[in-house]
Amino acid sequence: MAALDRVKVLVLGDSGVGKSSLVHLLCQNQVLGNPSWTVGCSVDVRIHDYKEGTPEEKTYYIELWDVGGSVGSASSVKSTRAVFYNSVNGIILVHDLTNKKSSQNLCRWSLEALNRDVAPTGVLVTNGDYDREQFADNQIPLLVIGTKLDQIPETKRNEVLTRTAFLAEDFNAEEINLDCTNPRYLAAGSSNAVKLSRFFDKVIEKRYLSRDGNQIPGFSDRKRFGGGTLKSLHYD
Amino acid sequence: MVPGPQRCPPKGLSHLCEESETGGGPQISLHTPQILPCHRARAALRLTSQQNPPSCLEVLFFGFGWLFFMRKLFKDYEVRQYVVQVVFSVTFAFSCTMFELIIFEILGVLNSSSRYFHWKLNLCVILLVLVFMVPFYIGYFIVSNIRLLHRQRLLFACVVWLTFMYFFWKLGDPFPILSPKHGILSIEQLISRVGVIGVTLMALLSGFGAVNCPYTYMSYFLRNVTDADILALERRLLQTIDMIISKKKRMAMAHRTMFQRGEVHNKPTGFWGMIKSVTTSASGSENLSLIQQEVDALEELSRQLFLETADLHATKERIEYSKTFQGKYFNFLGYFFSIYCVWKIFMATINIVFDRVGKTDPVTRGIEITVNYLGIQFDVKFWSQHISFILVGIIIVTSIRGLLITLTKFFYAISSSKSSNVIVLLLAQIMGMYFVSSVLLIRMSMPPEYRTIITEVLGELQFNFYHRWFDVIFLVSALSSILFLYLAHKQAPEKHMAL
Repeated sequence: MAALDRVKVLVLGDSGVGKSSLVHLLCQNQVLGNPSWTVGCSVDVRIHDYKEGTPEEKTYYIELWDVGGSVGSASSVKSTRAVFYNSVNGIILVHDLTNKKSSQNLCRWSLEALNRDVAPTGVLVTNGDYDREQFADNQIPLLVIGTKLDQIPETKRNEVLTRTAFLAEDFNAEEINLDCTNPRYLAAGSSNAVKLSRFFDKVIEKRYLSRDGNQIPGFSDRKRFGGGTLKSLHYD
Repeated sequence: MVPGPQRCPPKGLSHLCEESETGGGPQISLHTPQILPCHRARAALRLTSQQNPPSCLEVLFFGFGWLFFMRKLFKDYEVRQYVVQVVFSVTFAFSCTMFELIIFEILGVLNSSSRYFHWKLNLCVILLVLVFMVPFYIGYFIVSNIRLLHRQRLLFACVVWLTFMYFFWKLGDPFPILSPKHGILSIEQLISRVGVIGVTLMALLSGFGAVNCPYTYMSYFLRNVTDADILALERRLLQTIDMIISKKKRMAMAHRTMFQRGEVHNKPTGFWGMIKSVTTSASGSENLSLIQQEVDALEELSRQLFLETADLHATKERIEYSKTFQGKYFNFLGYFFSIYCVWKIFMATINIVFDRVGKTDPVTRGIEITVNYLGIQFDVKFWSQHISFILVGIIIVTSIRGLLITLTKFFYAISSSKSSNVIVLLLAQIMGMYFVSSVLLIRMSMPPEYRTIITEVLGELQFNFYHRWFDVIFLVSALSSILFLYLAHKQAPEKHMAL
């Protein structure tokens, strides 16, 4: 089996928003039957064709690292989670459309992953003040996904969707709203599938293609804590 | 609205009298006494103007409970059902009012008949809340979570409540808690059962807390964790995840090639399908299921490694904290608390073995000792009041604070977005029962002249039984916590060194 290049994408979000269901849907094309609490990190792999249908088509592995927990966890849990944030190529931020607090916490999640943790104060910032400057030099592509769309009644849908559109704009990211228990939201050819595909392409480009179109060779250095003395056991 | 002297006809006066006797409320207190000539009105006015402290303190407690709920318990969740928040704050408010009434008893605020009235009222309300309202809502929210029973929620909630009442009633049988002359629907029946549950909870928490407190405070028990240990464990965790990834890649690639070749991998149906599947090579799917089993085992391993790493990080932080000034202070306190814990266990054993229940409270005993043995003479009545106020106040404040902290920790540990409502209501129930039983037990810490009101209000409960029961459960809880912590402590370094 030819070894393909890989990219690493984090899937972050509050506890109970549906990250595990989402990852299962993306990788196995099936609905997750019995979701249970994620302890630590659960990983799944999706095979993606970069620039499908063109002569430059190439297949890549996309590793989706679904990191469990809540943004207000003890600092020991946060330090342990930090181990998963090394050499990340893309971040998917997941929030629950029926729970406003999960959307507000996305800012803290992204800061935690980008290693610039904001010390949590006692007062809850209710309108999710967002400082563009903190994200100004961010090179990592982001995607915002809202789950549990089916649980929002038709009358409130517009209001919720406008709110999430603002949120996605703040992150300078695309957004997708879906229901993880229904595969038709990501059916081939739908606008959601196109957005997803574009996001993965962007991640691959940032990782493997430098600005002038030259390809950065794969199997490259993998940032490790404590120096790079350990050989990468990653590729079989 | 303050009516001036010219607007006070006799009819208005009697109207005032009636209103004030039913506890009319704040607007009457705005009247100045000299415009009301009749004696009854004056007395009633004094009553109502002094009734203000309880009601505004109650509102204060309600507000505190509301804020605590919003800021601490539910800070990561969205409050969808405001009923839950209201019920929690109401339980908290009425529980705290009981403590406030004890303080009033000691300080002599209000007169004793109005205090008695308030006690009775508060007790009725809190029993109503603890036995009827909270269990019903718990049942309702549990039933709402189950999809099958969603349609007839109310009906099933009532069924759950009736089951709870049945077991609650049966609870009274094995315990000698009542004298037989009470009727079946009296307050004493309910209070006695609530008291048993609450006292058990108090003793369990108290026993565990007495042992756990020195264990966590003292740095003697801290395991030595170096950075190298943590790095080694993290390395293992990442290696495991890498192995999972490589296996999943193989599976994904195999699925893709099978899909591209047009093979469908759903189970072969029918008789001929089964025969065919035996002969033709299903090696692809067999291989996959083998890999899937390996992946499951590796995932379980990765979860365990994650938890151990988090544990090591926490220990390292505690070691760093113990080197600070605060840490050293807590270490010293830990030694003090361990002596206190040993003394409490000893006293509980003595109480059980010699079958004695303390007759005098600590305040009177302390005063006796100082007067008789140390020969210091002072105004016993004055000091006894103040010292018991301080002592009882400290007990109340520490027990409320300790309980709220424990409940918060518990809530963070076990709640999820689905079950948060149910768990918060369970915690409200526990809190209410805990506070009612604290009132039962605090009676022993007060001098006899202040005990009378509790004895009057709660009726003829067998108070001695409750103290004995507390001692038994405390002993059991403390000893089993010691055993449990010993085993956990022994096991941890072995696990750690095997890596």
